[in-house]
Amino acid sequence: MASEGDRRADPEVASRRSRLLSGFRLEAEGAKGVAIALLSTVVFVAVIVVAVTQSAGWPEVKRTFFDWGDISSSFPDIAKAFVLNVKIFLVCEVFILVLALVIAVLRSLPGPVFFPLRALATIYSDLARGVPTILVIALLGFGAPALQLTGVPRSRVFWAGVGLILVYSGYVAEVYRAGIESVHPSQEAAARSLGLSRFQALRRVILPQAIRRVIPPLLNDFIGLQKDTALVGTLGVIEAFNQSQIDSNATFTYGAYLAAAALFVAITIPLARLTDWLIARDRRRRQAGALA
Amino acid sequence: MTAVRLERVHKSFGENEVLRGIDLQLADHEVVCLIGASGSGKSTLLRCVNLLERLDSGRIFLGDEEITRKGVDVNDVRRRIGIVFQAFNLFPHMTVLRNVTLAPRDVLDLSRREAEERALELLGRFGLADRRDEYPDRLSGGQQQRVAIVRALAMRPELMLFDEVTSALDPELVAEVLNVIRELAEGGMTMLIATHEMGFARDIASRVCFLDGGLIVEEGAAEAIFSRPTQARTQQFLERIIEAGRL
Repeated sequence: MASEGDRRADPEVASRRSRLLSGFRLEAEGAKGVAIALLSTVVFVAVIVVAVTQSAGWPEVKRTFFDWGDISSSFPDIAKAFVLNVKIFLVCEVFILVLALVIAVLRSLPGPVFFPLRALATIYSDLARGVPTILVIALLGFGAPALQLTGVPRSRVFWAGVGLILVYSGYVAEVYRAGIESVHPSQEAAARSLGLSRFQALRRVILPQAIRRVIPPLLNDFIGLQKDTALVGTLGVIEAFNQSQIDSNATFTYGAYLAAAALFVAITIPLARLTDWLIARDRRRRQAGALA
Repeated sequence: MTAVRLERVHKSFGENEVLRGIDLQLADHEVVCLIGASGSGKSTLLRCVNLLERLDSGRIFLGDEEITRKGVDVNDVRRRIGIVFQAFNLFPHMTVLRNVTLAPRDVLDLSRREAEERALELLGRFGLADRRDEYPDRLSGGQQQRVAIVRALAMRPELMLFDEVTSALDPELVAEVLNVIRELAEGGMTMLIATHEMGFARDIASRVCFLDGGLIVEEGAAEAIFSRPTQARTQQFLERIIEAGRL
């Protein structure tokens, strides 16, 4: 809805504002729109706050969850433990990006010769996405070290990481595959017609275009992975979630959980905003390309 | 010398038999235009020569070598035959220069410097030197198609195939692309050209083949085909073209 006001508004200011607010879907609403959004948000939040603080259980919840002393005193320990979550996230992500790409490429091989590889990759994707992550981590984290294989690490963190890599590669492979399939077959024909081999065409022409298109959904899976590093705690490894459980058990309050949640959010929200920004940038580029 | 020879080429897509026994021969430096309605098999014929489609039966020779035999190195065949498509098919994530140097560097193993020299020489010849660092979506359709031609030429092919290369262009951009092809003809390039531009075909072709229903119905010198077609189907086709004001 375009009001009289925003048709007169300076287009440069309007576009800067819409860029700032694009994450919240307020584009093209103008000053009046922003005012309405603000007012409605204030009313909405006020209603929630009143409803919650008037509830019968609020004093007890306030004591157990929102004790600032609990939250801040547990924070340093949890932050220290959280470093492990970040490490797991960063290391796993690298392996996931590589393994998933291999699976996606195997799945997109054409012709009857490659049927076994395609089938294998398909079964892998289905299994990886079908089994609950927490089960995979438990199976590997408790099971693999128990095998006492020589030359293989026995650390639970290592095997939990392997579990995360296996599970997330299934998801990320599907993201890559969607990207590969979105590249028009004429691009491969053009590459092959110049004498490039199938592999060269894939590496130089198809994958660069495919990967560029799927960066936003890839980041989305990064966010999921960052959260799921907390599942490593179920093996008894001291990471942020487990540390907060320990702190919470010591005080019989839950403020420590809030501290852990804040740490996760501090990483995932910037990632989410980055994803939105990339999507918006990609849309702008495509529109600019269409106009040229 | 024979540049390319097709013998009884058949090709079907499912139930649809697109090529029903094509015999065709091009001598070195010959320019042959394929004309005919959409769906008559022109594009499929070109794609078969480039081995982008597998024949159902028949044989194709490039020079003396059968390129449809078992175990042929398709990549080697394709680097010897250039093809330009209706929709340009430039690589959108690469600059003009990179589009042109990709295959020389990756397939012919030229050094970056050699490949770029070769590319710039060709881009300069066809008035595209100042576009070398642009991405394809910043170019006009005519410029994109000229880059696509340069990209194919950079492989120094023995034979060039053109698949309705002006059909996707705005009318005012057609001439610049046809002029490039004309220049290639003058330079002695062997070319097989599927086209709807009858005036151009009449001008440039040493021979014209009229395709209908997957067969070459009539074949001969351009002047003969356009002025005195002998087959009823050729006459009907040309009448429709003249009615549409395209000849």
